[in-house]
Amino acid sequence: MTGDVLNDFCIQAATVNGSGSQSSNLVITKALHHMGIPVAAKNVFPSNIEGQPTWYDIRVTPQGYQARKRTVDILIAMNPATWERDVANVRPGGAVIHEAALPRFGAADRDDVSWYPVPFARLAREKLEAKPDLRKYLQNMIYVGVLAELIGLDPAAVEQGVRDQFRTKPKAADLNLAAVQIGVDYTRENLVKTDPFRVAPMDGTRGTVLLDGNRAAALGSLMAGCTVLAWYPITPSSSLCEAFIDYAERYRVDAATGERRFAAIQAEDELAAIGIVLGAEWAGARAMTATSGPGISLMAELTGLGYYAEIPAVIFDIQRVGPSTGLPTRTMQGDLSFVHTLSHGDTRHPVLLPGTVLEVYEDAQRSFDVADRLQTPVFVLSDLDLGMNLWMTAPLPYTERAVDRGKVLDAEALEQVTEWARYRDVDGDGIPYRTLPGTANPRAAYFTRGSGHDEQALYTEDPDVYAANVDRLRRKIEGARTLLPAPLVEEAGNRVAICAYGSTHHAVVEARHQLADHGVETDYLRIRGLPLHPAVAEFIARHDRVYVAEQNRDGQMEALLRQELPGELADRLRSIRHFNGVPIDAEAISDPVLAGEQAQREPAEHQAVDAHRVPVA
Amino acid sequence: MAVAIEKLNRLGLNRDDYKGAHTTLCAGCGHNSITNHIVKALYDSAIEPHLIAKMSGIGCSSKAAAYFVEHAHGFNGAHGRMPSLATGAKLANRDLVVFGVSGDGDTASIGLGQYCHMIRRNLDMTYIIENNGVYGLTKGQSSATADLGSRPKRGPANRYEQIDISALAIELGASFVARSFSGDGKQLVPLIQAALAHRGTGVLDVISPCVTFNDHEGSTKSYAYVKDHDAPVNTPDYIAPLEEITVDYEPGTGQDVELHDGSHILLRKIGPDHDARDRMAAMRLLFEARQSGEIVTGLLYVNPEADDLCTREALTSRPLAQLPVEELRPSREQWDALMAGLA
Repeated sequence: MTGDVLNDFCIQAATVNGSGSQSSNLVITKALHHMGIPVAAKNVFPSNIEGQPTWYDIRVTPQGYQARKRTVDILIAMNPATWERDVANVRPGGAVIHEAALPRFGAADRDDVSWYPVPFARLAREKLEAKPDLRKYLQNMIYVGVLAELIGLDPAAVEQGVRDQFRTKPKAADLNLAAVQIGVDYTRENLVKTDPFRVAPMDGTRGTVLLDGNRAAALGSLMAGCTVLAWYPITPSSSLCEAFIDYAERYRVDAATGERRFAAIQAEDELAAIGIVLGAEWAGARAMTATSGPGISLMAELTGLGYYAEIPAVIFDIQRVGPSTGLPTRTMQGDLSFVHTLSHGDTRHPVLLPGTVLEVYEDAQRSFDVADRLQTPVFVLSDLDLGMNLWMTAPLPYTERAVDRGKVLDAEALEQVTEWARYRDVDGDGIPYRTLPGTANPRAAYFTRGSGHDEQALYTEDPDVYAANVDRLRRKIEGARTLLPAPLVEEAGNRVAICAYGSTHHAVVEARHQLADHGVETDYLRIRGLPLHPAVAEFIARHDRVYVAEQNRDGQMEALLRQELPGELADRLRSIRHFNGVPIDAEAISDPVLAGEQAQREPAEHQAVDAHRVPVA
Repeated sequence: MAVAIEKLNRLGLNRDDYKGAHTTLCAGCGHNSITNHIVKALYDSAIEPHLIAKMSGIGCSSKAAAYFVEHAHGFNGAHGRMPSLATGAKLANRDLVVFGVSGDGDTASIGLGQYCHMIRRNLDMTYIIENNGVYGLTKGQSSATADLGSRPKRGPANRYEQIDISALAIELGASFVARSFSGDGKQLVPLIQAALAHRGTGVLDVISPCVTFNDHEGSTKSYAYVKDHDAPVNTPDYIAPLEEITVDYEPGTGQDVELHDGSHILLRKIGPDHDARDRMAAMRLLFEARQSGEIVTGLLYVNPEADDLCTREALTSRPLAQLPVEELRPSREQWDALMAGLA
């Protein structure tokens, strides 16, 4: 037995979905976190309820890298259907904990890994006093014990992980702890450790919590004073809406009367969901919906109404793999250019691009202010990876910040103004003043319409009035450039830079370290919103080559940049595209950058590896 | 010197206070008659104009929302999407009197899903369908409420079954369903007032002849098709100034109404023997009338006990739109406990 690799490896649990393995994996994740070891968890799951293969990757690194890693160091193989393939993915020198009944021949017969056969089914049958249906779930908890014993998980941290997981069910916690112990005992009595992977307590998680982006979005919406949620269930955004309802039921229900200070409507489809949001915002409530690609497609119609009639709205797009139904449980940054100009005619919508769980929380709050300030629908683009996976993050800070409800005239304010027209640009920023239905002043009323209208909101087809109005809308949305957060810039005077946005950030962090190890020092630009902040072009102007890394096939951000930048700056862009549905890893960025930089040094010989023409899948 | 004293309602407002912009619909359009009845009903019921939210979708009917209560906010939304916009508005401010005007294309075709789900949730609003069986704004295509075999201005006869939006509403559990005729103010005004008073979705399916495109030969099977072949046939770019069609008849009786193109419909007013609380009886009335080629009018069904959406959602009595953000955030202590639980 060796102890060569400490706190730096990747565990993959290959199981069957619907078998309760999620609880086991969360216990391992939380136990590592309790031991102070930075952990990153990625759930790669099928679009299915029960019986399909599912994988859960748990990565520990002393540096706290949060991106996925391609290699598997320790495999927990519980699924006969993917057994051979799963074993083949384990790196030489790795370890395989597996159901003893799985046959070790063919692709699964390797002599360069450590084998730990465990008769999980038999142990569960013989040693667990539980009903057969429950035993199936507990069987997976046994592998927690085996792993704990093999890598040296602190038993107290494991127990804490189990107690966290079954916080409201102490009896279930005891039963699960018994299952863990069966795994520990079996390992002690029957297995000899021959792999190098182990963990030891460190101080790498202090002051952090484990949270998914969807919960952070729900909490941000709650803090922003969102009172109306309308949604249609769709993976991977449903958990955002369900979290909002959870929290609202906890914090927004009058204990004495049961009266609710929120409304959450599960609509008949996404057409109705965005309709309810716009109706509520028109009447003055903060409202939001959350959806994914297919729902965005349905919302195209009313998003255009919101833009033209100038009604605030907040739309969370938790992106998944398209086109069409696509891969519903896999991740992508494929909706960027679509949502930015969603709907027919000339439209443009502000888009927020959070890259971390903390930013999701902040942007969720910010999105309501931006929507109210600009009187227009605002998108918050997250994705399945950021939205549904657990991330290490600083605790979300409590906010007492006042909210910006924008230019709203109430009955009293109307008394003060001599003239008011719903769509008149009084302040020169393109943003008019609005009134809410129910305002007790006869001058408050106006007629909202998605058809052509003049400053008084009256119907018109006048060419000059139409043109002036939509040009004002253009100017209004231009204001979003500086209203949205400036890009995050890490700059040390390097000639080469990486540009990314959203969840791609975490792979960039690691890729830059890898590149530095290869002698390629890079600066970093992370875009936080659309339309682009002026600092984006300024940054690109200070660099010779900017590699734009993103998780879609067509390099959508790179295309947007090319469209907006002068040709001389556009020529400095190189595109790196990752689009196979699993979260991007660091090598998907560092490999093409290295290739591109080598080609730069030896241009004649390496033309073919221009990263722009070689998408990395 | 005698001065004409304007009659004021309970709020001290006169009827003109409930009027809106001038109509741009065709002269003689049934929709204009309905607008006048809406004005009278809102005036008679003394609804605060600023609390009214006028909602509509897209189509000739939906334009009508601009033609009453000028001092109320209005929202001419998107085709078939008015129910969802109205749902949001009511949730945001439950003090609003939400008043919707839709058409048969808006409700029975593109918006059928939203219509069904509005009814299912029993959104507290008045929902008038100005039902003429035809797409007017796009110049005369059949709608889903057109009778089987009726012929639009151009193109083939309607080959498909009609959707009966009143029967559908009752089937879906609607809490208030009435059918009327645009020219029957005596019946329609009180029905609108009743729908306003009702807490839930008040569906008013109002037959409203289209003067320009209503060319439904044989739209009622039992009455012979009558047509004056010398009457000017209206073309889409010339609309003859036609008089509005009005009727006045007693409950329990029928009335034959000649439409602008010379075709006829037979209205049958529900008599006092109908129990509007009896859902089965309401369905039977509709089916029997359809069998005999009649259009039955009056209050078909009402269930005043059904909880409306805001009640089902246990919404606080104050409008959500008016709650200060401080009342919407958890306390710092609650927040800290929440975060501690994630560590």
